Amino acid sequence: MSAPDRLIPSRDDERVFAEPWQAQAFALVLELHGRGAFTWTEWAAALSDEIRAAGPDDDGSRYYDHLLATIERLAVKKRLTAEQELADRRAAWAQAYRNTPHGRPVELGAEPLP
Amino acid sequence: MALRVKALESLMVEKGLVDPAALDALVDHFEHKVGPRNGARVVARAWTDPAYKTRLLENATDAIAELGYQGGQGEHMVVVENTPAVHNLVVCTLCSCYPWPVLGLPPVWYKSAPYRSRAVIDPRGAIAEFGTELPDEVEVRVWDSTAEVRYLVLPQRPAGTEGLDEDALAALVTRDGMIGTARL
Repeated sequence: MSAPDRLIPSRDDERVFAEPWQAQAFALVLELHGRGAFTWTEWAAALSDEIRAAGPDDDGSRYYDHLLATIERLAVKKRLTAEQELADRRAAWAQAYRNTPHGRPVELGAEPLP
Repeated sequence: MALRVKALESLMVEKGLVDPAALDALVDHFEHKVGPRNGARVVARAWTDPAYKTRLLENATDAIAELGYQGGQGEHMVVVENTPAVHNLVVCTLCSCYPWPVLGLPPVWYKSAPYRSRAVIDPRGAIAEFGTELPDEVEVRVWDSTAEVRYLVLPQRPAGTEGLDEDALAALVTRDGMIGTARL
């Protein structure tokens, strides 16, 4: 097992969430758990698997990547959605972003830019 | 990543599995309402009120709830006390289990693989990297937080603080002191 030279990757980590999507993903986990979609033990086990797969060089900065991958996996496993449905929806949002002029709120079903 | 969250969230909202207003409230709660200041209040109370300290060490969950701090990831709390002979260090070796109601969300390093492994293999060395050299005669105990049990360190009250009130004492308590990577 190799450990980086410095144990503490950064002291400049006082903000709770580095980016808004991290907060949204985190809230999604709590809300789904709060409504009984999965137990916290199930959640911790699934997240642990994801983090273990990241290996010994994981410096903690990709934590929310792991969290998002875990909630996606769990949502499919619990049949809250399906892989295809999720993929279709991602494509729809990607299209909506491309179709929305800068500065406007992005909404699904946005018409292509002229 | 933002797109992926949007995709999952919008599906869950449409299916009625989550409430968008509840999601916003959760984000606000974790960004603004919980943090190590809560834990510092618990520590300061334990330093000034011996009866509270006894309750805290016997049933931390209830004693912490007395101050109004409870909820997700604080359902089963255990408080471990630092003494001149014993220093406690908390880690979650598997992921990131952490007592949210009293400490907020964990810092990035707490979730890193180096901390998660070093805290167990070489706790003294890990603590030293945070700037605290523990004397050889001090025993180090490591506590592995899980989805079921979460630990909070009750640091030793610093010398020379006899005249301070609870508010002033709470200001001395740091997050790292309550994880155990620092000694106050």
